Amino acid sequence: MGFEDAHWHRWARMSLLPLALLTLLPLAVVLGSWRVSSPEVWAHLRTYVLPDVLANTLILGLGVGLLVVFMGISLGWLVAVCEFPGRAFFNVALVLPLALPSYVLAFVHVGLLDYSGGLQTAWRALSGSTQGLPAVRSLGGATAVFALSLFPYVYLMAREGFMRQGVRSLEAAQTLGLNRWQGFWRVAMPMSRPWWMAGASLALMELLADFGTVSIFNVDTFTTAIYKTWLGMFDLAVASQLASLLAGVVLLLLLMEKRARGRRRFAQGGQASAALGAYRIQLKSHQAWLASAWCALVWLAAFAVPVLQLLVWAWQSAAQDLDARYWAFVWHTMLLASLTAGLVVLAGLWLAYVQRLQPGRRVGAMVSVATMGYALPGMVLSIGLFIPIAWVDQQLAELAQVLGWSTPLLLKGSMAVMLLALAARFMAVGFEPVQAVMQRITPHQEQAARGLGLGRWQVLRRLFVPLLRPGLFSALLLVFVEVMKEMPITLMTRPFGWDTLAVRVFEMTSEGMWERAALPSLCIVLVGLIPVVLLVKESESSP
Amino acid sequence: MTSTHSRSSFIAPLFRRWAATAVAATLVAVGMPAMADDITVYSARNEQLLKPLLDRFTQDTGTTVRLLTANEGALLARLAAEGNSTPADVLITVDAGNLWQAAQKDLLQPVNSAVLAANIPAHLKDPANQWFGMSVRARTLVYSKARVERQSLSSYEDLADPKWRGKLCLRTSKKVYNQSLVAMMMAELGEPKTEAIVKGWVANLATDVFPDDTALIKAIAAGQCQVGLVNTYYLGRVLNKEPNFPVGLFWANQQGSGTHVNVSGAGVTKYAKNRAGAVKLLEFLSSDAAQHIYADQDLEFPANPRVNADSVIKSWGSFKPNAINVSKAGELQAAATRLMDRAGYK
Repeated sequence: MGFEDAHWHRWARMSLLPLALLTLLPLAVVLGSWRVSSPEVWAHLRTYVLPDVLANTLILGLGVGLLVVFMGISLGWLVAVCEFPGRAFFNVALVLPLALPSYVLAFVHVGLLDYSGGLQTAWRALSGSTQGLPAVRSLGGATAVFALSLFPYVYLMAREGFMRQGVRSLEAAQTLGLNRWQGFWRVAMPMSRPWWMAGASLALMELLADFGTVSIFNVDTFTTAIYKTWLGMFDLAVASQLASLLAGVVLLLLLMEKRARGRRRFAQGGQASAALGAYRIQLKSHQAWLASAWCALVWLAAFAVPVLQLLVWAWQSAAQDLDARYWAFVWHTMLLASLTAGLVVLAGLWLAYVQRLQPGRRVGAMVSVATMGYALPGMVLSIGLFIPIAWVDQQLAELAQVLGWSTPLLLKGSMAVMLLALAARFMAVGFEPVQAVMQRITPHQEQAARGLGLGRWQVLRRLFVPLLRPGLFSALLLVFVEVMKEMPITLMTRPFGWDTLAVRVFEMTSEGMWERAALPSLCIVLVGLIPVVLLVKESESSP
Repeated sequence: MTSTHSRSSFIAPLFRRWAATAVAATLVAVGMPAMADDITVYSARNEQLLKPLLDRFTQDTGTTVRLLTANEGALLARLAAEGNSTPADVLITVDAGNLWQAAQKDLLQPVNSAVLAANIPAHLKDPANQWFGMSVRARTLVYSKARVERQSLSSYEDLADPKWRGKLCLRTSKKVYNQSLVAMMMAELGEPKTEAIVKGWVANLATDVFPDDTALIKAIAAGQCQVGLVNTYYLGRVLNKEPNFPVGLFWANQQGSGTHVNVSGAGVTKYAKNRAGAVKLLEFLSSDAAQHIYADQDLEFPANPRVNADSVIKSWGSFKPNAINVSKAGELQAAATRLMDRAGYK
């Protein structure tokens, strides 16, 4: 490595610092809470709160993890590699649940399936029994709804993985005497692992940070314990201590995942999926119908039925609530989502690229830190960022006064805080898809490009960006949709007059007016359909 | 960005147009400072409940009001972090527990106004005049008209009686309304007695606790349980839509110290830039004209005793409210939360 290279490497490494700082700052604020010791509150939590909370979090994590992997891989496999009635439709349709926030899916399902809901009322009327069906507001119900809401991450990534991998490797497996089932388990699954594991880890992080959905199901998790300690016992210090423990667990999981993934190479030749359509496995009659039924079941439960219910509710409240301000809500939502998506995907690309150049521990650690914001509860993250930024702001204001400037710089009144906090939260979503595709680019391709005399920037721009297109595009879409659905950060850090659709949902749900929350929820779904459709179009046109 | 790529089909022009608009819009969003006589309000009370009032205030006085809503935890944290550079002049929030917290964290300042003193009764405001209740919300018993004899109802304490086993519905203990209710019971009955009552409630539960009062009311109507505890306006909303809804309201503890009441209220922030305007807004909110809108918007009771309540509310008859100062709810809230944990109230 020449001097210039070493210099460049150091520079590239340092450039990750500000990205890591975005989550390090709130983490530092959270960790700073350990200066205060509250043995009394801790003793209380240990005895009465934590046992339940830990058990619930664990069960939820395992259950949702297994379910999303099973659903995502089975659906992704069917849609990418097999042929059955409705395949083309489900190819697109199964991405749509992404546009539905999980707290919305939760309140719709609870509304439909609870004791006082339509289904159970009809059941009691028909059966004459006063006993209800199994309660939807339970750990089981929460697990099911989370799985329905989060499986698209795994589906999207697994489908991409199977498509890129193509049939060539499966054909090779067949010539080696493996049947189709063995080929799936022993070739396709291991080879697509970076994809579906990236999706699964996104789903789990989202789960750990969730507050809204578990509140609707009344399942106490680590996050609800944090909020209760903060808002019920007014102990922000202990709440932060709890949050830092959660962050520690997540960091551990991330490092473990990275180690498991890092030992293998997943590089493969580029054009494998060029003519995949011609090679699709034709499912036989009953198999084909089973495949269609499985796709339909998931799609109905995760998207079609909830959206229909939202439509009915929105219709009832539209006369009262729908006004010209909705244009502004939609516009703010889209602008915020696209700004954040652009920022995050650029940052994610850079993180993945530098990590590829320098696979060592130092860069690995910085990447882990920079992407763990996704597992921090939104409110903890935004407070953790808000406090230091407000402090800087105050210093600037005082400085401005000393210098005699009339208008102090107000960072926190601008969109800057909101964008930074959202970027910190969704860095993982921008990084994971890019990283998954990046692992498949061979070192040979890179060396060849370098051999042609291309500089580093040119290699990044002319080799990586085109090859990474599917990854970049999934990342853009995912972040866009995530920001649209995001509530706590937007709520706390938005500037005056910057209400988004999610803020409208909050205004209604905070007072228990679920039906009136349907209108803004439905708008989120409609706006979310735009990037989803774009993504599908793009992934079909790309090589 | 992908736009530099030669093959990018329809994305590149789209991206360029978006980038231009985005930058322009961001600049506009940043460059809107408040005017000197504007009033800035941070509110945890819903926008749709507050907006008509603020519009009226602007109409009457010509003063613009800038409103930022969020949940109370986020608002208090934001206010605290902003310190003396906060743009907020007024803090509006629900529940005395939250108002007490704001005062405790030194985020509010005392206001000595003859108008407010005349309009707001003493037990509905901070003893040090840092905040004032603007509407009263009663948390009381609701019951199934089909399954429960009205005579069998009496008090919060009675709901712990084994005769209600498997018949009681409660909302989650994480909601501040329940924390305040239990805190007020602690103030009156002491901690051991309150804990025994809460344990009795938990033993009587028909099903897991609910995330909101509306769901609870519907569960009573559907027959999942027979009695419950809610804020009255939630029932009012249902009755406004369905006058014959089979759930009735019962004023708790009328033989004793009265029904538990709480407030939604407002205070002037410690570092208010427009203190005079802020006080004027508070005085307006307590006035006869505003109290009607403030309370009726959400079917709550006006804090100003001279103002009459909405007709749905009047149909429930008058009741004796508990006269302990509502700030007690704030003082004891953390202890109440812990008590409910110990009692197994989720």
